[in-house]
Amino acid sequence: MSKTVDINVHHVTRIEGHGNIVVRAKDGVVERVEWQVPEAPRFFEAMVRGRSFQDIQTIVSRVCGICSFTHSLAALRAVEDAMDITVSEQTDKLRVLAHYGEQLESHALHVGYLVAPDLLGVKSVVPLASTHLDVVKCIIRCHRLGNEWMELLGGRKTHPVAFRVGGFGRLPSIAELKDLKKRLEEIIPDLCTVADVVLSLAGGLPAFDRPTEYIALTNPGEYSFYHGPIASTDTDEQVPVQEFERVINEYVSPQSTAKWAKWHRDSYAVGSLARFNINAHELLPLAKATAAKFGLEKGCCNPYMNNVAQIVEAVQVVEHGLQLIDELLSAGITAEFPKPKPKAGDGAGAVEAPRGILFHRYQFDENGICTGANLSIPTNQNHANIQKDFEALVPQFLDLGQDKLRLYLEMLVRAYDPCISCSTHYLNVEFV
Amino acid sequence: MSEDTRPRVAIFDFACCEGCQLQIVNMEEEILDLLSVVNPVEWREAISDQSDEYDIAIIEGSITRPEDEKRLREIRSRAKVLIALGACATMGGVNKLKNSFDLKEVRECVYGDDAHMPHLDTAMTKSVAEVVDVDFMIQGCPTNGKEFSYIVRCLATGVTPIVPNHPVCVECKMKENVCRYEFNEVCLGPITRAGCEAPCPSAGLWCFGCRGFVDDPNVDAAKDVMDKYGLTVDDLKTKLVIFNNQQEAVNNV
Repeated sequence: MSKTVDINVHHVTRIEGHGNIVVRAKDGVVERVEWQVPEAPRFFEAMVRGRSFQDIQTIVSRVCGICSFTHSLAALRAVEDAMDITVSEQTDKLRVLAHYGEQLESHALHVGYLVAPDLLGVKSVVPLASTHLDVVKCIIRCHRLGNEWMELLGGRKTHPVAFRVGGFGRLPSIAELKDLKKRLEEIIPDLCTVADVVLSLAGGLPAFDRPTEYIALTNPGEYSFYHGPIASTDTDEQVPVQEFERVINEYVSPQSTAKWAKWHRDSYAVGSLARFNINAHELLPLAKATAAKFGLEKGCCNPYMNNVAQIVEAVQVVEHGLQLIDELLSAGITAEFPKPKPKAGDGAGAVEAPRGILFHRYQFDENGICTGANLSIPTNQNHANIQKDFEALVPQFLDLGQDKLRLYLEMLVRAYDPCISCSTHYLNVEFV
Repeated sequence: MSEDTRPRVAIFDFACCEGCQLQIVNMEEEILDLLSVVNPVEWREAISDQSDEYDIAIIEGSITRPEDEKRLREIRSRAKVLIALGACATMGGVNKLKNSFDLKEVRECVYGDDAHMPHLDTAMTKSVAEVVDVDFMIQGCPTNGKEFSYIVRCLATGVTPIVPNHPVCVECKMKENVCRYEFNEVCLGPITRAGCEAPCPSAGLWCFGCRGFVDDPNVDAAKDVMDKYGLTVDDLKTKLVIFNNQQEAVNNV
């Protein structure tokens, strides 16, 4: 096979946002390997200045349609941190429960609609409706449930409207929670079917290991998506969310124009595999069994296995969601509609988006008007790691030839489930 | 096989959160029904095919760079029908908040020492209609999947879609919600175009006006409501700018 390749993928498809892949190798010598991001920057951190503390989550949820619940919640946590507002246990549980809906929806969308076509050698999920109808129906049921779960607790499937500073503007009824519980119980067989199908195709995931640093929230007693400080696989030190800038260390690399992040190494990874590598010991039984089916264990450093970790997490959020509903039902729903008062301050919030840890920070004046903001998006934190993966992957698979290599590179980008329109800190690149 | 007479549809995204495309995905198996009347030839977020030949172009997002204006003009020149999808495309949406600041300062605010780099250039945010002719607008942030399906079916079959021209208050009242003004909150329901089924006030939040205004918004009546509840025009403006910054009706307030 020729060891000369010239790959130039302009706008990778089946990902959220715009990214390009450029690889050139001649006679086995790799000349150029680049992961580029040409997304139009949108400047949210500048645009929220002057807006009320009550409107921040509405504006910044528009950073990303797919992670809109996560953005809203990170913003609310940062605003509440700045104003010393403590939310009730009920609010905390309902927010986590709502957020789980987004995890299920996003993971089902990603694995089912965007990644599965690669494993089955087709260009989109549409032809699968004729060849694999039963599986497509399972995926649709998971995706729809995730959406309706979000709609029940967030008031809408995208850009939630029921979340307010200090609590909720609308609370679910006991009957609605019982109905959700029933539906979550019913979805478990579908999730198992999806897991089995992906397991049967997992041989199509490239065998590629590259040790890196993994970063995620961690909290004793739970597989955290929402609580606790920041943890890393490279250190025992845990960093409070209020000091998140100490972890992300954004920098401009001379080798690429996208702004990158690093902590203990040249790059780090966030997302499902990072959370798994840090918190797998906290998984509930069915999620643990799902991981075992795939042989997925802590310490995995094959980035393609992020897709498998997403399936494990889809099971985990349903399993833990059922527990949370039971806790809420036994405590009963209290009608609480807080009216928070603004005060001056600086606050930070972190929440695990489906594709990795998300940080928000805001400053407010004494009237609750925003004077400054800093958002750090999971996909941005992954860019350096994608680039480093590319650099290791291209020489390893150069023998496979242009088409296969291109597919592996696209699959790698998709494995990270990038969400590029979350563009607050992108630097643009020149097209080749 | 008989000739495919379905109009070819291509979906393109500019500066936005891609949440309106997500509402198309969220239609689930109903998408398959829609495929009986249209033929998708390009949709980067969901399929790998790409094409320069299409009849209907659907544009999501607002226009924030000169190179994007150029790309949009090229799309317009190829399409027989062009649809603006969602608040970013129809009005500029939240991206227009940027236009209230000095653009150089905006760049420095976000990118600090790197702000001078040429690829970070940004222009004033424009809606799609501020750059090219738009045949139809699908409003909302995000758009309503049902309304999207209805409008695409109409356009594919040559029927003119009917979009409500009454305010959100009408749909809100039908849901039997308590008016947000009774909570002493500013709500844009009285001047905002209905069709969303009032999800925001139904969830205990005010209307942000993401569907733009009715054709002839009664701004004076809105001011009377503000007076009645002891709220000021500044209170109204601070909500108006979020989705409707620099819209004519806002400038008149």
